[in-house]
Amino acid sequence: MQINTWLARHAQTLLGSLGRIVQHPVATLMTMAVIAVALALPLFLDVFLQNLRSATSDWNQAFDISVYLDKQVPAARVQALAKELRGRPDVANVRVITADEALTQFKTGSGFGHALDALTDNPLPDTLIVTPALAASTPEGTEVLKQALAGSAGVQTVQIDTDWVKRLVALLDIMRRIVQLTGGLLGLGVMLVIGNTIRLDILNRRAEIEVMKLVGATDGFARRPFLYSGVWYGLGGGLLALILVALAVALLAQPVARLAALYGSQFRLRGLGFGVSVTILMVSVALGWLGSWLAATRHIKQIEPT
Amino acid sequence: MIRFDQVHKRYANGREALSGVSFHIDDGEMTFLTGHSGAGKSSILKLIALIERPTRGQVFIGNQNTAAIKAGGIPQFRRQLGVVFQDHKLLHDRPIADNVALPLIIAGLPKREVDKRVRAALDQVGLLGKEKSRPLELSTGEQQRVGIARAVVGKPRLLIADEPTGNLDPDLALDIMSLFKRFNDVGVTVVIATHDLHLIDRFGARRIVLGEGRVVAPADALS
Repeated sequence: MQINTWLARHAQTLLGSLGRIVQHPVATLMTMAVIAVALALPLFLDVFLQNLRSATSDWNQAFDISVYLDKQVPAARVQALAKELRGRPDVANVRVITADEALTQFKTGSGFGHALDALTDNPLPDTLIVTPALAASTPEGTEVLKQALAGSAGVQTVQIDTDWVKRLVALLDIMRRIVQLTGGLLGLGVMLVIGNTIRLDILNRRAEIEVMKLVGATDGFARRPFLYSGVWYGLGGGLLALILVALAVALLAQPVARLAALYGSQFRLRGLGFGVSVTILMVSVALGWLGSWLAATRHIKQIEPT
Repeated sequence: MIRFDQVHKRYANGREALSGVSFHIDDGEMTFLTGHSGAGKSSILKLIALIERPTRGQVFIGNQNTAAIKAGGIPQFRRQLGVVFQDHKLLHDRPIADNVALPLIIAGLPKREVDKRVRAALDQVGLLGKEKSRPLELSTGEQQRVGIARAVVGKPRLLIADEPTGNLDPDLALDIMSLFKRFNDVGVTVVIATHDLHLIDRFGARRIVLGEGRVVAPADALS
């Protein structure tokens, strides 16, 4: 067969199967809606997670490391250490809180003001508040920095509460895995929905398939229009899913911005990017093709002229 | 062209349709298969079109033992065969031209060649100008002509027909039979199953008479 003929026939079949499914607009839309809902659910969860990730990575940066120095360290050494630390590439800023400042803060902040007056000595040490550089603001990066700080002369304790960040990251990883599993299962569901639609379509067109086989059609030839139907279902369902996710993001954008504002953040909800959207369409088309291939291969083989 | 050698056919329900049928049909012959209903006419045609396989015995088509044709080879085999059905088996959702074009499209012929051959086939059955009609807009006789056009459009050397005049009144039936005769005149081997004895009396063709799954009269009607 000439390549032009082959291409022309495929194009014809592609458009023919589109024409056929738009002849039953309600049934077609229902099928596409089922696919869309099944795809939109994991997609939306994924959007939610991605946003949570980028929001928390902002918070991560805000985490400072408290370095408590030995009481004996002289004030000059404190300033020298601060200067030394400022020179490190993984440090963005170092703030010095002297023992006196700390005590004053504590007196006013804690409500124990008079009780503390009873102390003859200041029990508080000098403290350096180290802000990690952006690049080092990962749990691993801060851990490295913490070790380095703990090793410096005159440092008594390094305190950093990254535990909750680690827990959050671990939790996000679990949620991500759950989204992937849900996505996989729902993808399988999409395939089965399309396969079942195609199966019914094949049974309705049994007579036509018999005739085709009688005049010499291979199973592959008889299967082709159904494969294209599956592709259209996948494409339509995928597009609808993208619309659903975009709608959900639009509905949430304002409340999220308000919440972010309450935290003094410029955070904005992000929807699916262009690249991701294209990937999703390709995946849903592939699922449609695969679902219809499985159903059509099986059922067309069973239909023989009698 | 066709040789049946001690062919038995027993269906899954236990009915024995053919019990040791042997006959031979030459290249270019026109043959009527006759006999009462259930005598085995349709079974013979189904064996020729590889819709069924013999339980025992062998069927040769064009010197090829059909037992050697595996499932994957059936489509290719059927493309060299024209089949006409009593109920036409047309696709009602598409125009006449598309119905007739189907075997050529399946065979992968280029569009220009398809269009040319479809017009020629429709011309041969007297339906030129009705390309765009749908099957149900045509009379039963015209629908049968479409079925014949589809069977001959691929220029097969063998044309088989199962009760092609079964639903037609006598004049139309004669028309259709004459059409088959014309294809036979240009060298196509034609096998027609029919119980319409009055009709076939008017054609000087060979008859194979079946009864109870056996050949009861392989009489050659002299032409």
